[in-house]
Amino acid sequence: MSIDIVGISKNFGSFTALDQVSLTVPSGELVALLGPSGSGKTSLLRIIAGLETPDSGHILFNGEEATARQVQERKVGFVFQHYALFRHMTVYDNIAFGLTVKPKKTRPSKLDIRDKVFNLLKLIQLEQLADRYPAQLSGGQRQRVALARALAVEPQVLLLDEPFGALDAKVRLELRRWLRRLHDEIHVTSVFVTHDQEEALEVADRIVVMNQGRIEQQGTPSEVYDHPATPFVFDFLGNVNLFQGRVHEGKARVAGLELATPEHAAARNAPAVGYVRSHDIEIERDALDVSALEAEVRYVLSVGPLVRVNLALTDGHGIEVDLARDVADRLSLSVGERVYARPRKVRVFTEDYQI
Amino acid sequence: MNVAANMNRTNGKNGSNVSEPAWVRVLLTAVALGFIALFLLLPLGAVFAQALEKGWDAYLAALKEPDTLSAIRLTLITAVLCVPVNLLFGIIAAWAIAKFSFPGKSFLVTLIDLPFSVSPVVSGLIYVLIFGLQGWLGPWLQAHDIKIIFAVPGIVLATVFVTFPFVARELIPLMESQGRDEEEAALTLGAGGLQTFFRVTFPNIKWGVLYGVILCNARAMGEFGAVSVVSGHVRGATNTIPLQVEILYNEYSYAAAFAVASLLALLALVTLAVKSVAEWKINQTLVTPGSER
Repeated sequence: MSIDIVGISKNFGSFTALDQVSLTVPSGELVALLGPSGSGKTSLLRIIAGLETPDSGHILFNGEEATARQVQERKVGFVFQHYALFRHMTVYDNIAFGLTVKPKKTRPSKLDIRDKVFNLLKLIQLEQLADRYPAQLSGGQRQRVALARALAVEPQVLLLDEPFGALDAKVRLELRRWLRRLHDEIHVTSVFVTHDQEEALEVADRIVVMNQGRIEQQGTPSEVYDHPATPFVFDFLGNVNLFQGRVHEGKARVAGLELATPEHAAARNAPAVGYVRSHDIEIERDALDVSALEAEVRYVLSVGPLVRVNLALTDGHGIEVDLARDVADRLSLSVGERVYARPRKVRVFTEDYQI
Repeated sequence: MNVAANMNRTNGKNGSNVSEPAWVRVLLTAVALGFIALFLLLPLGAVFAQALEKGWDAYLAALKEPDTLSAIRLTLITAVLCVPVNLLFGIIAAWAIAKFSFPGKSFLVTLIDLPFSVSPVVSGLIYVLIFGLQGWLGPWLQAHDIKIIFAVPGIVLATVFVTFPFVARELIPLMESQGRDEEEAALTLGAGGLQTFFRVTFPNIKWGVLYGVILCNARAMGEFGAVSVVSGHVRGATNTIPLQVEILYNEYSYAAAFAVASLLALLALVTLAVKSVAEWKINQTLVTPGSER
């Protein structure tokens, strides 16, 4: 089922959670709403579910007006960050709940419910835990039960609110890959909320980046990562270094570098900021040409597979560079050493103009 | 220094450098226990001792006295009427306060506390003012031959007023701590409002409800001040147990007075027992699933 979100606004008192948000979720896709806390992503998800009412705007399911539909009629599966399992029911009863509350006419027989629940238990690989209570499960197991419970009613849409947010790093990784595989199997239209860019990049078909109640950019993971539309998106996805400068008639000067920026052809000596990802900078011992910046090594940290180098430019401005471990080993930098930093990819944004 | 203290704590040793000296702990405990013995256990023992002073037969005879039986009956009727009313009110009020936000919410919370802050005598007088012969509705009630003050309805009304905070006060913090997630999950799974209440909300709060009901019941049976004002002390008709105790005591029938009083003391003991079981169960439901946020 496709979802159309048309001009949705929502205020909580004087706080604007959502400001005229419009978005289309195509049928069968797995879409991530990505943004910092307070960006409105959870409010949007809850409005789609019907747990929250928008101040204005419309929600359409399969092109049909659904804004006024009750939660129960929307046929959405909702997975909560803190699982929200019924604590006084066993795993079996939790999963069966949605089926047992159906009106008598449409309620499946006890046997059918049993079959269905055990199929779902098989899907989440927890068949042997049917009689446990939620308190007796680990976080990852609870979230899988919550997912099975949501899937039991065969929802048209699956909505997940920071589904892995309360789990530890390793379980989170496992579970999100499992979710991706599950989605490839059942193809139910899914929207999940996350503030973890890595999670969104890995799991989603499409990413919607949100900030301050608005959509900053939407697109495939590689689109938003490789071609960030706004400084915010650039900043939010990955580590980034900022260089102050100016642009004039398609030419930018940032941090002593000359760059061709045809997209800013109309700019007249406008202040600009150059954005460079920390892994898009090379470090060299010798200055080969003018496109490298002189710097001093302030400290070197190894972070798992990466080595993070902090440099001070001649003007005192600090930048961070992520090097692959083998590259760093070859360079074997020492603190206080004079080196040259060469940005490979610079993206220039003027302050008032956004592409 | 800090590290040493931490190590001590993590090592599970008694951590004497972060706690009070032993003699202070012993002294404080002794004072607390002594206080309880002097002001709670001693009077409680005295009630039973006095009640049984003239022997078991006298005790039973005192309880079988017609006026006393009538007082017991009236007390039970009052409790049977008050507790369900306040149970219903308490659950509805707690539900509204804990699960929704609406204008005037904090005002409602304050109102619920009102009976705690008003002297019971005043609570009784309010009803006399409204329903009494000289009150606002008095003449109309008399014209239609409806008796409220100095009759059973007045006693029930006054008791309802005095006891209505108990269930609500018990449930509000419990329901607030449990949040709305489970109810929202039930709604998205297609459950209606009543199904959600009976299958999700109520099982989570049932021990809290029991606790509230027990306290409410104890107070309903034991209320003196408000009931005394509206009752009129008609023997065998509008006396509840506490009023009967007072009358017997004023007539110097100490053994009978204490015998009747021992019923209330027993009620208190039963209340305490059920209350501690309920508290234990509540704590169990709070530590269970997904509440580790």
